[in-house]
Amino acid sequence: MTSTLELKEDKMLKVQFVGDDDVLNHILDREGGPKIKKERAQLLVNTQKIIKKPENELEEDDQEVLKDQNYVEVLGQDVQESLKNGSATDGGNKVYPFQNRKHPEKMAKLASKLAKTPRKSVSLNKNDPEITIDIPQCSKGHSASDKSQLKNNDKSEFLSTAPRGLRKRLIVPRSHSDSESEYSASNSEDDEGVAQEYEEDTNEDILSQKIQAQNRVVSAPVCKGTPSKKMKRKKTSHLVEEYFEAHSSSKVLTSDRTLQKLKRAKLDQQTLHNLLSKVSPSFSAELKQLNQQHEQLFHKWMLQLHLGFNIVLYGLGSKRDLLERFRTTMLQDCIHIVINGFFPGISVKSILNSVTEVLDHMGTFRSVLDQLEWITNKFKEDSSLELFLLIHNLDSQMLRGDKSQQIIGQLSSLRNIYLIASIDHLNAPLMWDHAKQSLYNWLWYETTTYSHYTEETSYENSLLVKQSGSLPLSSLIHVLRSLTPNARGIFRLLIKYQLDNQDNPSYTGLCFQDFYQQCREAFLVSSDLTLRAQLTEFRDHKLIRTKKGTDGVEYLLIPVDNGILTDFLEKEEEES
Amino acid sequence: MATSSVSKGCFVFKPNFKKRKISVPIEDYFNKGKNTSEDSKLRFETYQLIWQQMKSETERLQEELNKNLFDSLIEFLQTSHSGLWKNSEDWSCEIKLREIPTAALILGVNVTDHDLTLRSLTEVLQNNVTPYVVSLQAKDCPDMKHFLQKLVSQLMDCKVDVQSKEKESVQVIQKNVHYSMDSLSAWYMSVTQKTDPKMPRKKRTFSSQWQSPPVVLILKDMESFTTKVLQDFIIISSQHLHEFPLILIFGIATSPVVIHRLLPHAVSSLLCIELFQSLSCKEHLTTVLDKLLLTTQFPFKLSEKVLQILTNIFLYHDFSIQNFIKGLQLSLLEHFYSQPLSVLCCNLPEAKRRTHFLSANQCENIRRLPSFRRYVEKQSSQKQVALLTSDRSLKEETQSLLENLHVYHTNYFLVLRCLHQFTSSLPKYPLGRQIRELYCMCLEKNIWDSEEYASVLQLLRLLAKDELMAMLQNCFKVFQSSSAKELGNTAKKIEEFLAQFQSLDAETKEEEDTSQLQSKGLQKTDLYHLQKSLLEMKELRSTSKRQTKFEVLREQVVSFVDSLVREYLLPPDTQPLHETLYFSSAHTLRQHLNAAPRIALHTALNNPYYYLKNEALRSEEGCIPNVAPDICIAYKLHLECSRLINLVDWSEAFATVVTAAEKMDANSVTSEERNEVIHARFIRAVSELELLGFIKPTKQKTDHVARLTWGGC
Repeated sequence: MTSTLELKEDKMLKVQFVGDDDVLNHILDREGGPKIKKERAQLLVNTQKIIKKPENELEEDDQEVLKDQNYVEVLGQDVQESLKNGSATDGGNKVYPFQNRKHPEKMAKLASKLAKTPRKSVSLNKNDPEITIDIPQCSKGHSASDKSQLKNNDKSEFLSTAPRGLRKRLIVPRSHSDSESEYSASNSEDDEGVAQEYEEDTNEDILSQKIQAQNRVVSAPVCKGTPSKKMKRKKTSHLVEEYFEAHSSSKVLTSDRTLQKLKRAKLDQQTLHNLLSKVSPSFSAELKQLNQQHEQLFHKWMLQLHLGFNIVLYGLGSKRDLLERFRTTMLQDCIHIVINGFFPGISVKSILNSVTEVLDHMGTFRSVLDQLEWITNKFKEDSSLELFLLIHNLDSQMLRGDKSQQIIGQLSSLRNIYLIASIDHLNAPLMWDHAKQSLYNWLWYETTTYSHYTEETSYENSLLVKQSGSLPLSSLIHVLRSLTPNARGIFRLLIKYQLDNQDNPSYTGLCFQDFYQQCREAFLVSSDLTLRAQLTEFRDHKLIRTKKGTDGVEYLLIPVDNGILTDFLEKEEEES
Repeated sequence: MATSSVSKGCFVFKPNFKKRKISVPIEDYFNKGKNTSEDSKLRFETYQLIWQQMKSETERLQEELNKNLFDSLIEFLQTSHSGLWKNSEDWSCEIKLREIPTAALILGVNVTDHDLTLRSLTEVLQNNVTPYVVSLQAKDCPDMKHFLQKLVSQLMDCKVDVQSKEKESVQVIQKNVHYSMDSLSAWYMSVTQKTDPKMPRKKRTFSSQWQSPPVVLILKDMESFTTKVLQDFIIISSQHLHEFPLILIFGIATSPVVIHRLLPHAVSSLLCIELFQSLSCKEHLTTVLDKLLLTTQFPFKLSEKVLQILTNIFLYHDFSIQNFIKGLQLSLLEHFYSQPLSVLCCNLPEAKRRTHFLSANQCENIRRLPSFRRYVEKQSSQKQVALLTSDRSLKEETQSLLENLHVYHTNYFLVLRCLHQFTSSLPKYPLGRQIRELYCMCLEKNIWDSEEYASVLQLLRLLAKDELMAMLQNCFKVFQSSSAKELGNTAKKIEEFLAQFQSLDAETKEEEDTSQLQSKGLQKTDLYHLQKSLLEMKELRSTSKRQTKFEVLREQVVSFVDSLVREYLLPPDTQPLHETLYFSSAHTLRQHLNAAPRIALHTALNNPYYYLKNEALRSEEGCIPNVAPDICIAYKLHLECSRLINLVDWSEAFATVVTAAEKMDANSVTSEERNEVIHARFIRAVSELELLGFIKPTKQKTDHVARLTWGGC
């Protein structure tokens, strides 16, 4: 085991010369912690034990790790460190900066309080490397040297305060130094990895395995690391201060890495779905039990709905399946409407329309309020009429507006309309003031299901999901097919121009005069007027947009994604 | 699934067969699914009966409580326009002619109750003052046009109520007419002229007073109207006041100052405002509690915790009586739904009758009641055997216990009110100012064990005579009003006390007389004698001060009250069979009425073991194992970030955790594919967190998301 450690240390030394900034920062680092270095020697023994632990135990069983509390705590810390530096590589520190900024003052205070108990001193120790380490890494991210210079300036402030706190505190510096060594080892390894990744892709497989191997060490005790963090956070409970601290500076300190540099960037909806279907669900027995508990409530819900209450379900997990089961078991013989609140095109109008559809109303209404009034009267007249409304995601983007909620609330306050809805958003209850709440007359039920929000998230333009763009493409093709060859030529000209300029960030569009020139040269139009007539056609189909530039000249732009335009051109060429 | 589609969001399901009538009766849902529990039908019927009674009682109370307010309002309305038509030559009336009579109705912050109050107000006004009552809400009137539109259309509807619906066709045409105040007053003239000849026939109460009834406009939520609309409307309508007799009623939730804040002086000078204060909601609550819970009229009772929760929701959340009653309804329902023995929760004769028909199962249920078991243990062994084995003796015993319970309650509430009389006016209110506070304390435990009670007794011992007598008088009234037999002698006792105090009065008077006589006699003596006699008198007084007759009597009264309390104010859980009447599951109530979705979400994300009882998920406070659901891990990681989160870093951290978890079971899959899958899982977790509102996409930096929460939660 000692050998491995030493190996790692070797590696660290190897990588230390990767960049000038690193060197600079390391110097700064040393400045901060000469004492730490001295202590390392005597603590080496500990280190070995600590490092040995995770690798062995993880392979056996997760739970066994829990046995030796203190020990694992220490472990957790160390490995957390390496997680930060290792897996999240050179920007990793930025993922956790929330507490860092205020540490200098707070930690010292805490330290004097906590230094006595060995366990907590550990949790403190953990922070030290965090600070000292953070600094070099941050500047590492910004490779431009002048930038890093700037950075270093405010970093040095940091340093000057932080280590002072450290020194004061580190009279009982148990595992600190080993965590340090752990960190630098993993860090260097990863740095190496990153470097290699950029230079040569050939070695990638080996590398990723390497990283993973390391990650494995790291990951299990991640959770062990958190409790101490938690504890600490609870101590510094000035939430408000935290908030303003986090939001005070406009500068955001996160790493600059982007998804493009990773191999796997955005997946489209379909592949995502396929990939996820391969994942075998865990805890299915428990989930089933949970669901059964909820299902036992169905009769009660029916009862309470009939007695004038409305029911709202909350809790983590998609409640869609649950409501669907409720619908199929209880509502087969009743008139009911299912409303998918998460559907992007949903509106109160469409809800009211489907209600009037139930009532067999033909014709239209002048306004939503008129419609609501009509419905209200209808339901008041005919007491035998009963209607169940099931709304999935009452708090969705489209329905959360004040007006929509008011109208749905008024609907639900009718005696013969029974509403059962689900909410998911964290702040959903803020939609309702007292007046609306009394309209809804809610009974709250907690139904935590842990089911995935598959359907709910499939519509939204999710962050990492690539839009396939099949819809705009097909509509583009359809529209263009109906046009004359000349018009198509004109459009193609515009597309090409736009694609040529796609790397130009200040591209505002093609100036009308230039466009006319080009079209004339290609024998597509003979006069200014014909071109304008064609453009009107495009504009009507929302294929182009015109903008007046600062100089009063018209600029033409196609408001469609460049990728789709490329696809379109390819298709066109295939056909011709 | 039948309800997912990419093209529409609403799905209508309409069973083809028209068997609406054959739909399942509600009682069937009362059974918990398949396993029918005992007497569920009976229980449900009892629930409905009691709830109906309670509901009508609350409505009656509301009406009663509002009666004063409504009466004064009606009087105001009736006088406000009378001058207009009778002696219009009067100079002061000339001025008044330009002022719109306005009633500012201060309704309090419990917005939810306003609707009910205003609705009954509208009804009362329509019956007593004028058929033309219109109420508008701010949300219907974003601008003047809508305001008038609403006003006109509602006026037309009022019209229809009075007249037959003959003019419906005319109305439709009128709807398209451009609305203006002119057209409105023209309409009003035509209507009043048309109805005038009819008036004698109809003999409405208001017809005798006015040739033309005023138009009353209620603005339900004055504060939320836009200033512009209000000002314009007031200015315009004041111009038309002579031909269109308008009266405004402002519903105000905050304070009357708001009128002047909304309306500049020029406008508010056009109004002749009178303030009306509606009943305070706390008073309302007290009455409701008094009539619904502190009475033997309704057998259903709330335990201390439940009552506490309901009043807390009321006092700290909304001040809404409606919500309070909703809570009461829910607890009633829960009680009947969950407690099989709630069949016995009805009036005494009925309950006795029902005990005869209890099934063997129900008898078992009774035997299982903790309070009953405690009771049985105290009985002689012979009786114990009989109670535990024979259903018949159990039923007999149950009947007598029910009767005892009834008597207990009758006495309980009497003594409670009596004690309240004594405690409610003490300095610092050691046992609370409201009877509900006292009731809560008494429900919770033996009140006489509490410190507060001791201090109450001490304070009582310091009371002056007139105070004490007033209290006794009140108590006497309380006891007299009831017909309870047990406590008949208590009333008598109090009467005796009162008589004694009165005689004490007479005695002291005599004493005073004698002392006065003495002092008269003293006048003629010399200084030496005077001093001597004064000293004597002083001694006399100090000895008597140690224990005057009044003090002895006061002590007696206090100990009498104390003995009453000790005897009758036993907490209900000492009574056998109290479970049949008391609803005690405060937890369910809180869950359904005052839920905490954020906490539930946080717990689910932070501590999945709470929901998924899998040992692998068990962990110490504040951390999660790496096998936890993806979203929990992503959430945990994101907690460590500040405002912005780098997606790459996040995804890598996520991957590390997940690979470690997976490593144990699946090694066969190639690493590339596994990475893909993990990435997909990460994407899913992130988009779920986005749906839950923890993060949102941001353009501040590429591939970053913004955190929407801060701190640990």
